[in-house]
Amino acid sequence: MSMTEQEIVAAVGEIVEEICGIPADQVTPEKKFLEDLEIDSLGMVEIAVAAQDNLGVAIPDEQLRNLETVQAVVDFVRNAAVSA
Amino acid sequence: MQMRLAEGTAGARILAFGGYQPARVVTNDELARTVDTTDEWIRHRIGVASRRIAGPDETVADMAAAAGGKALAASGLSAADIDLVIVSTSTPETMMPCTAATVATRLGMSGPGAFDLNAGCSGFCYALAAASDAVRAGTSRHVLVVGAEKPSQWIDWTDRSTCTIFGDGAGAAVVGPVTDADPAPGIGPVVWGSDGSMADKIAIKDRRSFFCQDGQAVYHWATTVLHPVGKKACEAAGIDPGELAAFVPHQANLRIIESIAKKIDVPRARVATEIVYSGNTSSASIPLALVAMIGRGEVNSGAAVLLLAFGAGICYAGQVITAP
Repeated sequence: MSMTEQEIVAAVGEIVEEICGIPADQVTPEKKFLEDLEIDSLGMVEIAVAAQDNLGVAIPDEQLRNLETVQAVVDFVRNAAVSA
Repeated sequence: MQMRLAEGTAGARILAFGGYQPARVVTNDELARTVDTTDEWIRHRIGVASRRIAGPDETVADMAAAAGGKALAASGLSAADIDLVIVSTSTPETMMPCTAATVATRLGMSGPGAFDLNAGCSGFCYALAAASDAVRAGTSRHVLVVGAEKPSQWIDWTDRSTCTIFGDGAGAAVVGPVTDADPAPGIGPVVWGSDGSMADKIAIKDRRSFFCQDGQAVYHWATTVLHPVGKKACEAAGIDPGELAAFVPHQANLRIIESIAKKIDVPRARVATEIVYSGNTSSASIPLALVAMIGRGEVNSGAAVLLLAFGAGICYAGQVITAP
């Protein structure tokens, strides 16, 4: 499965909307999860689990801590898909 | 030499449940007066509105005996009928003696076999499996199984990440052989396992330490590894998850419960959410949830119920039971 950058952004947005109730169109690449979207560390784990379920990309907890922006998650998903 | 073996029975079932919770209710607002947290945060993140906390002199054995006595009374058996007592606890007052022998004596039993079992929060499902197997193998006829926990005595009440989660209590079941009058076997095959590489993720490291856990790692593990275990337990019992009348997972965290229920896909099942008013009562959580659901008429006699427990070890276990 190959997704475009925009498709990955949309998919991450859908996950954030489902888990945190934040409208997907507000989940733009430059947003910071903690500061802008007010998603804490446990919320991030929920997003990681959903990414594994929906996109087939496992994000280890120790790497999750470094993914501060929506763009960082999108890049991680894209790179994982490329290397898979 | 030909050794004689115990004569077994085809199946084991649960005759009755019983539960006990301490009188004192501790609300989130009460906790928010001593640690930096809010009622909204605890409800949203953990799913707990209030929990019951035992008094300083109320022991695990006290709670186990109270719950066990109720289950015994509801079963219609007498104390002398019980020939094995298994107490699941990971928060006992004493490493020795075991709690189970004390419970047996307090309930007036005639010296049954007795032992404690520690599989963390999954202990009740392990004890139920051991009881079922003992009855089926013919080494016991009637077994009292108790999950009894007092996490409050192992918690740092200034640590908001853990003191908000737990509650004290005990839940019990009486297990006996299936009779010709019973429509279904009662206790299905257990599916169990462990992962010692995660031993440090949920722990009380020594006798002077408080409970600690890596909440993120546990959440991640629980929401990705456990649903296949629940499905396997259904498969082992020959029950389709769509037929389940209830799903009673360990009451660890409401979000974990909802995630696992969604992934197993139990469309007709009522999902236990006893954590809201009891907190996480460790290995007491499954029998306590069942007592509450049966009491409210949500689980009828003969209904298929999936139990799925997980916790420190990491250990996990699941089985389908028929409600008494």
